[in-house]
Amino acid sequence: MFDDLRDLYQEVILDHGKSPRNFRRPNDATCLAHGNNPVCGDMLVVYITLDDDGLILDAAFQGQGCAISMASASMMTEILKGKTSEEARRLFGGFHDMCINEDFDPAGLADCDEDAVDRLRMLSGVREFPIRVKCATLAWHTMQAAVNGEKEISTELDTPL
Amino acid sequence: MTRDSSALEIAPENAPVATATATYDLEKIRADFPILAQLVYGKPLVYLDNGASAQKPRQVIDAMSEAYEIYYSNVHRGVHWTSQHSTEVFEAGRGKVAAFLNAFSENEIIFTRGATEAINLIAASWGRKNLEAGDEVIISHMEHHSNIVPWQIVRQEKGIELKVVPIDDDGNFLMAEYEKMLSPRTKMVAVTHVSNALGTIVPVDDVIRLAHEQGALVLLDGCQAVPHMAVDVQALDVDFYVFSGHKLYGPTGIGVLWGREDLLNAMPPYQSGGDMIASVTFEKTTFKKAPHRFEAGTPAITEAIGLGAAVDYVGAIGLDNISAHEEGILQYATERLSKVEGLRIIGTALEKASIISFNMEGVHPHDLGTFVDRQGVAVRVGHHCAQPVMERYDVAATARASFGLYNTREEIDVLIDAINSTKEFFG
Repeated sequence: MFDDLRDLYQEVILDHGKSPRNFRRPNDATCLAHGNNPVCGDMLVVYITLDDDGLILDAAFQGQGCAISMASASMMTEILKGKTSEEARRLFGGFHDMCINEDFDPAGLADCDEDAVDRLRMLSGVREFPIRVKCATLAWHTMQAAVNGEKEISTELDTPL
Repeated sequence: MTRDSSALEIAPENAPVATATATYDLEKIRADFPILAQLVYGKPLVYLDNGASAQKPRQVIDAMSEAYEIYYSNVHRGVHWTSQHSTEVFEAGRGKVAAFLNAFSENEIIFTRGATEAINLIAASWGRKNLEAGDEVIISHMEHHSNIVPWQIVRQEKGIELKVVPIDDDGNFLMAEYEKMLSPRTKMVAVTHVSNALGTIVPVDDVIRLAHEQGALVLLDGCQAVPHMAVDVQALDVDFYVFSGHKLYGPTGIGVLWGREDLLNAMPPYQSGGDMIASVTFEKTTFKKAPHRFEAGTPAITEAIGLGAAVDYVGAIGLDNISAHEEGILQYATERLSKVEGLRIIGTALEKASIISFNMEGVHPHDLGTFVDRQGVAVRVGHHCAQPVMERYDVAATARASFGLYNTREEIDVLIDAINSTKEFFG
């Protein structure tokens, strides 16, 4: 087996992929968005429960996709609970950066929860598989859309006929 | 692959004579494809994504290089040697394609960018002129998006009905349902000859006969058929036939629309500009006849030359020999894949071309694709531009191995080993 495959498909990721956490539809969610990667067929719905101060009380998701997209969504929901939507935005920015840049700048994540950053780092092995970056970031894009009040995001744009 | 269609057995008169018993020199064939000698991640490339695009033999690459290096120029307009020579070889490419399909005439071969453009051309030109509200177009549940969306656009514009022939759980085209859908309102039946996602060979003889009984025309999408079996448009008695060059070991950017000459000459232009006009004044323009009416602008010259070389190449090996070889590979692969525990083959129609879609319990196709890739094995994962098929089987995606004339049993063994080690990893 190849090292870069092992780096990406670590035990933790396989575990989250197989038994995703927070895989449910909360009744008190304040926002949700549908994430769709039509190229791969990955589809998920992210549910966020925000309080009036923008604190994330709950995060959950449902859907289907590959091990990477499921693990990423699962880990994201764990990380987000208790964060503010502003922190979530910054974590996503940093995560996105580490997924595409070999020498990403950790400064942007300086004040963020270290444990969260370490966990996101596990998924950054996806960098060696450029076509799979969308799998790792779909849940985060969807979360961002939900928090911004958008109902749907797609890695491709679509206009129904 | 089994074939009961007698029409398909008829080889074009001018096709190279080849018998199914002739030795199939696989080693020599493989040596014709430079890319097959490449290593990926230090392993021999096992290319099983021929349904998406096939690799190119030296003969095609050389024909295109030679054109650029020795006689390249624009066609149909120069008095100089290079233009005349380019025109000759370009038009010879058309002649080769005409012979390949056993067309009535070279004038029936229209070069397009690919099958997608060919179908769009028919929908836009023939469709706009001949279809009106209340008319019906029939497609099947296993069409590629390129044979769904152009008709939806016509539907939106003209208010036609689009009817979809269902398939059974094995991926067989349901002829009885089709027959019920046909009526005098049916104006066009546009179906795939071979399904890209399932491998199903559609019994097109019956499809065509039944359509013609109702006075409807038939368009066949032959993208996945022409690399695998001899196609004779006269014997089929079809009205339009389209395919892409790059799946037939030719270059990208070139495809073919074959249509009956009377139909083509009654169709309005699709695009307009240079090379497609008989005369232009500011008051009135008259158009050339087919094929030039539908080839506005400078065509894909070198690509047409490359396609001609590709047609020569498969012709020299013989489509019947290719069919027989691929049938052996398909059977072997089906047998071996069926024995992998937890693996489900999607598409088990009675008659299949060398395409196998499958899913592995507990391993998503994308993860599988990434893992087998590291063993040098190229398979397609995703929805194969056939989302309605995925929906029919309630899957988001599948992995697909599609075989070409150069694939070997040993390569199937490498695929199986790669699948097994992936399966082990995901436990």
